[in-house]
Amino acid sequence: MPNAPAATLPGKTLPVMRLPAMTLRAMALPVMTLPVMTGRSLRLSLRSPDALLTALLLPVMLMVVFVYLFGGAVSIGTSYVDYVVPGVLLLCGVTGASTTAVTVCQDMASGIIDRFRSLDVPGTAVLAGHAAASVLRNLVSVLLVAAVAVGIGFRPHSDPVRLAAALGVLLLFVAAVSWLAAAWGLAVSAPEAANGAMFFLMFFCYASSAFVPVAKMPWWLRGFARHQPATPVTETLRALLAGQQAGPHLVSALAWSGGILAASVVASMVLFARRTA
Amino acid sequence: MGNDLAIETSGLVKSYGSVRVLSGIDLRVPRGSVFALLGPNGAGKTTTVRILATLRRADGGTARVAGFDVVRDRHAVRRQISLTGQFAALDAAQTGEENLRMMGRLAGLRRAAAGQRAAGLLEQFELSQAGRRRVGTYSGGMRRRLDLAASLVGHPSVIFLDEPTTGLDPQSRLTTWRVISGLAASGVTVFLTTQYLEEADRLADRVAVLDGGRVVAEGTAAELKRRVAAQRLDLTCPTQEAFDQVTRRLNGRAVHMDPAALTVSVATDGSAVQVRVLLDAADPDRNLVASFAVRGATLDDVFFAVTGGSHA
Repeated sequence: MPNAPAATLPGKTLPVMRLPAMTLRAMALPVMTLPVMTGRSLRLSLRSPDALLTALLLPVMLMVVFVYLFGGAVSIGTSYVDYVVPGVLLLCGVTGASTTAVTVCQDMASGIIDRFRSLDVPGTAVLAGHAAASVLRNLVSVLLVAAVAVGIGFRPHSDPVRLAAALGVLLLFVAAVSWLAAAWGLAVSAPEAANGAMFFLMFFCYASSAFVPVAKMPWWLRGFARHQPATPVTETLRALLAGQQAGPHLVSALAWSGGILAASVVASMVLFARRTA
Repeated sequence: MGNDLAIETSGLVKSYGSVRVLSGIDLRVPRGSVFALLGPNGAGKTTTVRILATLRRADGGTARVAGFDVVRDRHAVRRQISLTGQFAALDAAQTGEENLRMMGRLAGLRRAAAGQRAAGLLEQFELSQAGRRRVGTYSGGMRRRLDLAASLVGHPSVIFLDEPTTGLDPQSRLTTWRVISGLAASGVTVFLTTQYLEEADRLADRVAVLDGGRVVAEGTAAELKRRVAAQRLDLTCPTQEAFDQVTRRLNGRAVHMDPAALTVSVATDGSAVQVRVLLDAADPDRNLVASFAVRGATLDDVFFAVTGGSHA
């Protein structure tokens, strides 16, 4: 290529000599491109004010509704605000994470994935960027909801280590749900369908111990409520925020989150490869 | 493998389900040239480009781009190419500058270098004013220009443009043509697809006509046009009988036929003398032709000429 401008760049001379570097580069690509892709996803979130407001205001409004409207009707023996805040935090993280389905679906429907692929950006980096941005976004909304909770009378009786552990457990679950939502966004073809992920995932929150103790549920729902991921995660948050040992709930919460995360990452990679084959 | 070839394909075959899209494509594109793949919708143009740009795998045959196999060495190919598709590959919610910076970072530039490259490209494509505006506010032409700019961030040596001017207004089309001519002058290889004979004529050193998944003609635009008259005379008949009679009288000189519209076309230089002679030959008794029109040759005419009339 006598005239090609590419030939004048360092590292772009003889094709044959670049092959080993090429392989190394291919392996390092997800790591190199992840910060760029995360920055992109965060910027896109900030530029979608309606989605951002929904993610921030919906949980706050739900908490107000639960504490002031339903709070009087639910008697559980302790202060309902102390009971419900871990549940609202979970719901907040899950609704926030579920929007990943829409952003991933929109990416797949636009030409930008082709551009990324022709720049040799791996699909995993695009998806991981969305998931990482989702975790960071939800960190902000969880802290906001927690601040509002303190404002309306929630008092965690805990220590910094347990508070940090609670945040870690919640964010791991958020990461798992984000990847699950990403897989959903890859599996459906329209953003409207991708949006359905939120309602599906919210159902898991409602049919758990997040808002009502499992013992107060109809008998046919109890089995499901006890053996689905939202319950152990909520119970772990509840214990840690109350300064107690989370015990078996913590093990169960970590197992669910880790399992969902691993399965969703694998499913996403398979679906991405299929969509772009 | 010739080292002077930027693109070389041999027997590319691709089907989607039971639909055969490409039935053995052989192409040779010299380095530094502009090559146009000309064809109607559904001819297989986009599929060919996507295979060459490593985004799809062919079912059979081989393709080399910039000296690398598009399957085995796809990562190496990707370092050498860029693809601009029919739909702008940009984030509407990011500004033009942010889009270019992002592409620069993904192409391996450091932060400062990516910023410089973005500023330089915005200037080159006359988008400096709009650089800080969100792409969602851009006109179609500006978006297409930014898309082209984004494809150049990584200094590709082979540039694929899939229908670069489809859907653009005439002014934006002219601007885009100027940009593409500029790219070609800088020494990169340009591979573009188009539905417009005029576009291939204006931009390309060589043209391949793709039809039904096959290359039905290849050569310079001038060579192709020589196989087609520059202008044609359309004769529209009042009845099916008249249409049949006129067709018979013209006896194989028709370059195009539209039985539904009862129109038959013959090649002409457009002069009054020749039009009169042709009308007399087709309709000596002056009762078979209802109206006529002289028109410039179109892509349809090329297809009619090179496919022997399978495209009526």
